[in-house]
Amino acid sequence: MKILVFDSSGLVASVAVLTEEQMIAEYTVNYKKTHSQTLLPMLDEVAKMTELDLHDIDAIAIAAGPGSFTGLRIGSATAKGLGLALKKPIVAVPTLEGLACNLYGCEDILCPMMDARRKQVYTGLYTFADGQMQVLKEQTACPVEEILQQAGNFGKKVHFLGDGVPVYRSVIEEVMQKTGTPYVFAPAHMSRQRAGAVGIRAFEYLRAGKTETAAEHAPVYLRKSQAERELLAKGKTLAQ
Amino acid sequence: MEQTEKDVLILAIETSCDETAAAVVKNGREILSNVIYTQIKLHTVFGGVVPEIASRKHIEKINPVIEEALSQAGVTLEEIDAVAVTYGPGLVGALLVGVAEAKAIAYAAGKPLIGVHHIEGHISANYIEHKELTPPFLCMVASGGHSHLVLVKDYGEYEIVGRTRDDAAGEAFDKVARAIGLGYPGGPKIDKLAREGDKTAISFPRAKITDAPDDFSFSGLKSAVLNYLNQCEMKGIEVNKADVAASFQQSVIDVLTEHTAAAARRLGIDKVAIAGGVASNSSLREQMEEVCRKYHLTFYHPSPVYCTDNAAMIGVAGYYEYIRGVRDGWDLNAVPNLKIGERRKA
Repeated sequence: MKILVFDSSGLVASVAVLTEEQMIAEYTVNYKKTHSQTLLPMLDEVAKMTELDLHDIDAIAIAAGPGSFTGLRIGSATAKGLGLALKKPIVAVPTLEGLACNLYGCEDILCPMMDARRKQVYTGLYTFADGQMQVLKEQTACPVEEILQQAGNFGKKVHFLGDGVPVYRSVIEEVMQKTGTPYVFAPAHMSRQRAGAVGIRAFEYLRAGKTETAAEHAPVYLRKSQAERELLAKGKTLAQ
Repeated sequence: MEQTEKDVLILAIETSCDETAAAVVKNGREILSNVIYTQIKLHTVFGGVVPEIASRKHIEKINPVIEEALSQAGVTLEEIDAVAVTYGPGLVGALLVGVAEAKAIAYAAGKPLIGVHHIEGHISANYIEHKELTPPFLCMVASGGHSHLVLVKDYGEYEIVGRTRDDAAGEAFDKVARAIGLGYPGGPKIDKLAREGDKTAISFPRAKITDAPDDFSFSGLKSAVLNYLNQCEMKGIEVNKADVAASFQQSVIDVLTEHTAAAARRLGIDKVAIAGGVASNSSLREQMEEVCRKYHLTFYHPSPVYCTDNAAMIGVAGYYEYIRGVRDGWDLNAVPNLKIGERRKA
């Protein structure tokens, strides 16, 4: 089995090619440039360097959200276009699960968080037992204080990672110290989205038969658009 | 056009606003399929297109729409010669869906990629039903976001002769429609109601720009309509909405038709076309035809289905770009404020 993986959910653009045994290539850029300009050239580069025949791919995996709405759609449309042309299925990996796989195998508490603006983070809680990922809290959008409270409840050391960390570092330190919870910030090489880690989780979904067709696939935003929220506040709903 | 020995098939994708569309076009003039998923119902409640909602819908619909376009055309992706996609102008989030999708399809299928200007697409819609139409000609483009007089010098060569200084014509239709309670989208609703009204009932202004005779302005007209409605309300006079619709529409039509005819005569162009959503306005077509007859200009216009946002027109424009040798790289980006005729040279 060989998979092609994308993560464009945040500032990072990342492309990887993996088999179950090894990662053949990973191209990760964390630099301000629009994913729409970088993502496909990155795939092209990876394909050229590894003499990849796209038809040899068994599935296309993607960090399916949450994340930047536009970033998610660039990745999603790229995956859908490839899936349509190559007739391959899509594996939609929850972004936070992919991010947590940066610390694969760690039996402490893993708390990936992404800045979700509006004083919230996209986050979840994860750990590993016998090499299997355990989802302690499904990914959600919530105030950082809320997830910090929950993270401290397990009586274990908490690992923080993701682009929400620099935004909320002082809050994290304050709450963790106050509750006496040991904590650590993930080092630079595993602190942001990486397509390789998304791919590790994608293989688990693939083995469980959890795939979508390219036509079915759509990002998981975890949030309604502002216009729809305002509409719902007025007691109306969106037409279908 | 017959420089190529084999037929050239273009798969075209358009997602610049609230229509998810795909088409297959043969040799630039024959439409093998033209699939449009319109989101209009979704946006009606907001009184206009909501970019984030439009972008989300594009992602949901784009693959089925493309697959349907291929299937209706009876061609496989392998048989396609190039993939054309609207890369601007438009809503950036909406454009990005089509651009990312088109790039991925072209890349995976090993086909050339061609970014197409949305308005150049609208203009090219005239080639579909008028096989005899060739440049040069003058085209009046009017839609919700655009009002331009464009000189089509050659295939892929455009020069803006005149433009709106403020509101687009379609935008004025939407605003006036909202003011008289017709709702969104305003164009077709005003067109329909105007048929029951007296177009001479109210005298609304027809703006002229002294130093630029080919430019338009519609914001003064819109304000005049709003003022009229306010005054009626203050004086307790009941408004005849059909008369307002007819008089307003007549003012827009007079401006568009007179500007177009005057520019054509000054430029020495004997062919005039119209394009864009407003071009499907029945009264505009009738009057443009009349004015063109008066000045011995040949008048061209696309059917309503090719006036609305669609991918067939993108496939037509894409074909002529393909023939000219235009190819885009995998770094093609959406350009929300792309200018007409500003594309890179072939």
